[in-house]
Amino acid sequence: MAYTAKIKVTLRQSILDVQGKAVEHALLNLGYGSVGSARIGKYIEVSINEDDALAAERICNEICLKLLSNPVMENYSFELEKA
Amino acid sequence: MADITIGVVVFPGSNCDHDTMHAVASFEGVKPVMLWHGSHDLQGAKAIILPGGFSYGDYLRAGSIARFSPIMQEVVDAAGKGLPVLGICNGFQVLLESGLLDGALSRNRDKKFLCRDTYIRPVNSNTMFTGLYREDEVLSIPIAHGEGNYFAPPEVIESLEEHDQVVFRYTDREGHVSDEANPNGSVGNIAGIMNRNGNVLGLMPHPERASEKLLGSEDGRRLFASLFRQL
Repeated sequence: MAYTAKIKVTLRQSILDVQGKAVEHALLNLGYGSVGSARIGKYIEVSINEDDALAAERICNEICLKLLSNPVMENYSFELEKA
Repeated sequence: MADITIGVVVFPGSNCDHDTMHAVASFEGVKPVMLWHGSHDLQGAKAIILPGGFSYGDYLRAGSIARFSPIMQEVVDAAGKGLPVLGICNGFQVLLESGLLDGALSRNRDKKFLCRDTYIRPVNSNTMFTGLYREDEVLSIPIAHGEGNYFAPPEVIESLEEHDQVVFRYTDREGHVSDEANPNGSVGNIAGIMNRNGNVLGLMPHPERASEKLLGSEDGRRLFASLFRQL
């Protein structure tokens, strides 16, 4: 069984998100006055060939902490789907 | 006497490796060698320099993929045993990602890639990298980066300050630390830090681009000179 991990990596709230700020200003300039704020993150899809959902979840946490996010400034979350 | 070997690591995407080699080679008694990222051989280097550039395209995050390259496993081991390691710009990013230094670098506060001269002050001249500087002098050294906004949690910053690990700060021409003199939004105007043992230094400004008169400033030269005289 294979799983697809749909991973989101976002900057922590305390970190200035300059990309998000640029988009936020652009939206306001376009006249969307009700837009409060915009933040930009990364979306990463990884396929994991494991039979067991728990094993896939363990690997996913590991790769998120080791490579896909930097815990000093980013948070991550993911959903596992059967491929 | 044989020349002292200095290793300059070349990652795919390094673009200041030749400049760094050039700066290093201008010192008598020193021989720079290029160390390929895929190798495990430090070639007997007495110090390692991680140059500026965009290692592995800076995909994902600056420096995040480079830290897992074969040569970095050797660099991390050797640094743990006291080998001097200097990370410049992208090299600083690699040192942070590899855990040799504390903190992280995010995008510049004003959203821009910055390539210009900056003023920095060596706030700690009691290191193997800054021994030939005075703490009251102001150096002109250029920066060239999009992700140089240094960040660390308050307790880490406190610890860095307490143990004199902040080595360079951005200042104005007179040496004053201010928001206006901070090009990228770094906490405390931090431009460079070292590890607790004092053998690993990372900084965003490029001393190799300020190492001869022709380049407009020689202020970066003494950083290399300070290091080489210790080896």
